[in-house]
Amino acid sequence: MSGIVWALAGAAAAVIFAGMGSAYGVGVAGQAAAGVVTEDPNKFAKVLILQLLPGTQGIYGLLVAFIALSKIGLLGGSPADLSVTTGLLIFAACLPIAVVGLVSARHQGRTSVASIGIVAKKPEQFGKAMLFPAMVETYAILALLISILAINAIPV
Amino acid sequence: MASDMQYTYAVARIRAMEVSLFSRAVIEQLMACRTEEQCLQFLSEKGWGDNDTPMNAEAILTREREKTWETVRELVKDMSVFDVLSYPDLFHNLKAAIKEVTTEETNPNIFIQDTAISGEEMLEIVKSKDFSRLPAFMSGVAQEAYETLLHTRDGQLCDIMIDKAALTAIYEAGKKAKDEIIRDYAESTVAVADIKIAVRSQKTAKSLEFMKKAMAPCDSLNIEALSRAALSGMDAIQEYLAGTVYAGGAEALKESPSAFECWCDNRIIETIRPQIHNPFTVGPLVAYVLARENEIKTVRIILTGKLNELPEESIRERVREMYV
Repeated sequence: MSGIVWALAGAAAAVIFAGMGSAYGVGVAGQAAAGVVTEDPNKFAKVLILQLLPGTQGIYGLLVAFIALSKIGLLGGSPADLSVTTGLLIFAACLPIAVVGLVSARHQGRTSVASIGIVAKKPEQFGKAMLFPAMVETYAILALLISILAINAIPV
Repeated sequence: MASDMQYTYAVARIRAMEVSLFSRAVIEQLMACRTEEQCLQFLSEKGWGDNDTPMNAEAILTREREKTWETVRELVKDMSVFDVLSYPDLFHNLKAAIKEVTTEETNPNIFIQDTAISGEEMLEIVKSKDFSRLPAFMSGVAQEAYETLLHTRDGQLCDIMIDKAALTAIYEAGKKAKDEIIRDYAESTVAVADIKIAVRSQKTAKSLEFMKKAMAPCDSLNIEALSRAALSGMDAIQEYLAGTVYAGGAEALKESPSAFECWCDNRIIETIRPQIHNPFTVGPLVAYVLARENEIKTVRIILTGKLNELPEESIRERVREMYV
């Protein structure tokens, strides 16, 4: 495979895996949110925020993919002539957000479900409830940071 | 994990509904009502019953029980997981049908509604002696109990045969269950029932043979040792229980008979309490049904106490622990 194919595969992996994780996380938290809103529609705003938290990984994956595509010139319509080594480097740089995005979004979704349970019973504890899934976000941000730094550091 | 997640919506909805379960504080408010009428008014204000439910205890409590099962049926597609909870009602209907047929009498309201086999169908099965229409765990004992009652006219013997079959069915269902809460519930239910049998047998001086016929085996109790202890006396039962996980039962026995009855129900609530923190699996749903049953039972105790003008202390002693 040529370098550009590896680089494109990396960008695709970032979007696909981080997006899959977010879809699962937002989906499962959405089920829980719907359960609470069925009984108490007044809690809609609070549970919606908790449902959206696992959605950020998908955005991070998209961001990394944009940077990677921009780096290899695909966005401008003039793809760079990449060596296999450079392509593999870009592919490797995309992996942190791809893998951590997938895993963290799933776990964040489950944590959001648990926090929605807190809001269902004690809505005044919303602030504390939001912190639990937000903690999981830390690791997605770390992965995003490394992916961005790595892609930017690769000479093309 | 997929099976864990299939109850996410249902558990969240149950979490929201748990807010309206009666806490100890609400039970105290109900206790503070002076008459049964005031209690019924209080319950009505809390949303118990419907607009068209007559203002009497039985109607309100029956409606509340129906509401619980309506909610669960709405939330869960595969109701088989709740079978274990309905076995006591199912076996009660069998007992009632056998007695109705063998005594050739017709008594109103003897069947519990909302069971897998309705009271009327059960009556028809027993009348036609077509026991093969019953589930496998019921058909054998149904025929045996029917013939025993017909030939001996010993109602108590018929009762213990069916009660033991009910306990065995619960225990077997628990063993087969994938969900931990069903396993724990089955184990606790059978063990507590065995302890109750031992205590009552001791008080009525029943034989070892009788206890063996009535008790169902379970993992957490040695029924042989328990029934021998019952033969020796109440102290021996307490001593035996003190060395098991049911040591609380020994303490309650020392206190009073009603404290012991109370402990028996509290033990089940203790078994399900961890589900209050579980966001996934069917556990919180099962726990909700049991918590509602416990709540209805507690309200029934208070209403009966108020109706019969029992002293407050006497009612308080019988009030069960609440789930929330």
